[in-house]
Amino acid sequence: MKSSRFDATVLTLGFAFLYIPIVILVIYSFNASKLVTVWGGFSLNWYRTMWSNQGLMDAAWVTLRVGVLSATIGTVLGTLAALSLTRYQRFYGRTLFSGMIYAPLVMPEVITGLSMLLLFVALNVDRGFWTVTIAHTTFTMCYVAIVVQSRLMTFDRSLEEAALDLGCPPVKTFFKITLPLIFPAVLAGWMLAFTLSLDDLVIASFNTGPGATTLPIKIYSQVRLGVTPEINAICTILIGLVTIGVILASLTTKRTEMRRIRDEHDAARAEP
Amino acid sequence: MAKSLGPVKRKFSPWTDPTAEPFIRFENVTKRFGDFTAVNNLTLDIYEREFFSLLGPSGCGKTTLMRMLAGFEEPTEGRILLQGKDISGVPPYRRPTNMMFQSYALFPHMTVEKNIAFGLQQDNLPKADIAKRVQEMLKLVKLEQFAKRKPAQLSGGQRQRVALARSLAKRPKVLLLDEPLGALDKKLREETQFELMDIQHTLGLTFLIVTHDQEEAMTVSDRIAVMDKGEIMQVATPAEIYEAPNSRYVADFIGDINILEGTVRHREDAAGLPGVLRIDSDGLQVAVDTGSQAVADDKVAFAIRPEKVRISLDKPAETAVNALYGEVWDIGYLGDFSVFLVRMEDGRIVRAAQANVSRLVDRPITFGDMVWLTWSRDAGIVLTR
Repeated sequence: MKSSRFDATVLTLGFAFLYIPIVILVIYSFNASKLVTVWGGFSLNWYRTMWSNQGLMDAAWVTLRVGVLSATIGTVLGTLAALSLTRYQRFYGRTLFSGMIYAPLVMPEVITGLSMLLLFVALNVDRGFWTVTIAHTTFTMCYVAIVVQSRLMTFDRSLEEAALDLGCPPVKTFFKITLPLIFPAVLAGWMLAFTLSLDDLVIASFNTGPGATTLPIKIYSQVRLGVTPEINAICTILIGLVTIGVILASLTTKRTEMRRIRDEHDAARAEP
Repeated sequence: MAKSLGPVKRKFSPWTDPTAEPFIRFENVTKRFGDFTAVNNLTLDIYEREFFSLLGPSGCGKTTLMRMLAGFEEPTEGRILLQGKDISGVPPYRRPTNMMFQSYALFPHMTVEKNIAFGLQQDNLPKADIAKRVQEMLKLVKLEQFAKRKPAQLSGGQRQRVALARSLAKRPKVLLLDEPLGALDKKLREETQFELMDIQHTLGLTFLIVTHDQEEAMTVSDRIAVMDKGEIMQVATPAEIYEAPNSRYVADFIGDINILEGTVRHREDAAGLPGVLRIDSDGLQVAVDTGSQAVADDKVAFAIRPEKVRISLDKPAETAVNALYGEVWDIGYLGDFSVFLVRMEDGRIVRAAQANVSRLVDRPITFGDMVWLTWSRDAGIVLTR
């Protein structure tokens, strides 16, 4: 039993290392004191003042819009990229392209951010909301492409052939058969893209301009001036949102899994 | 339990009628994938209402041939005619053919009903007509009570029926079946074979089936094309293929057969029996009554099915020709048949099958027995290819 106590200790330490900072952040968001390091009693004060902090709220709104827009465009483009990479096995430079889709994943964000900035400067585009959105779209679409591509690898092409064979033209087949079946992967890709856009600091800070400060940039710049518990409050809300998202996603997968098991059970009973 | 066998089958042989127009015609069709030739300069006619099988080992090009008819592949060379019209370049969704896929390819996100209705909806038929046709189809495959189920909630046999109903719903001119029964167990497969024949007969459609299972092809087909390496080896009725294969390949592929290689000694013409060939196979003398055109010194194969070989412990009256003497080396008991593997002095194994007509109490022939194998002059065939 000695080893199991050792295991438990290691596990506890590991989780503590991961979560204590977050727990402290959450606890101090309910601190009555203005000092971040001194506990002055429980209060919801910072959640109230947070709402009236116009700068913070504007930043949150910008982030949300950038996130939804870039994740949506990224998902459309990423899905199309995944389709062409898995479907057209023999076009010139396919290996190069499928390798290149992974590049942004391993590329340092500084480089991605800088290269986008240089592009916008060269094109003489004013930086702001749209440049951040475009920059986010470019790097999130790669993640979507990879998620969707792995789903398409196991996709039974004969389903599409069956639809064509039954008189359904190709584009309609995509919307009636392919898309509904790969939708969970597309949705997962969208959520991943949205989250990535939500918490990106580096690429956004290279490509943003006046009036388009995203939340991470806002938080980062405020921290440099001194942390106020308002930051803790908004971070707590963010953590809450992400947690709810993760729980919802895992519940949906679990339900699908349960339904699959039930279906198989039914099928076994239906055996003639 | 008495079961309806459907209408009595009539003799059907349009391929013997020189004036009959073929329904489907493959004309010098070649299909290459890169360096690999899947189908090689193949010509084949299939007639209306025919139940036609493409039979061959995997990789022989039978599936490619079917996929070209469905429109999923285009021939590299040659033409495919349907009712006399060239269908090259017509996309699969505009061809009057429907296919039943090997994997069934049922749409997992749709109910049985919706799966069957899918093809009809593409033709923009009125809703009431679609519902009526779906009901008919469900009834045809006896799945009425499963209409609202999803494919995942069905057993393998039921899925197979849904796939069949879906491909039949549009009343295609030609139904293509790609290894349709491969995933079913033996008993269900046999039942389904007869049901398929019934349905084909009732609806009066042309069926083209791809299979590697020779028993299945023999049971269901009007005619079979045996394929090998992208070419057709023989096209004939099941009985002809079995009794008169045109090559060693076909003889060996269909059923069990003994093949004895030999040389033609002489032809007994006017003097002896007309058309009787004397073959010398390593000391064994064979006399065959055959239509074969082989002449003296030709290298040929004498092929005979095990069930046409008589096995006996007693010495036959004539031992000079069509008689072999050997030791029972192994016995395979198949229930309805027993197969005896008899070893000649020179080590060759010849198989003889005997129907187990009476319930087995004592088997007179057993391991190690010395036995005589004999056959009549018209029991075997001469193969020159």
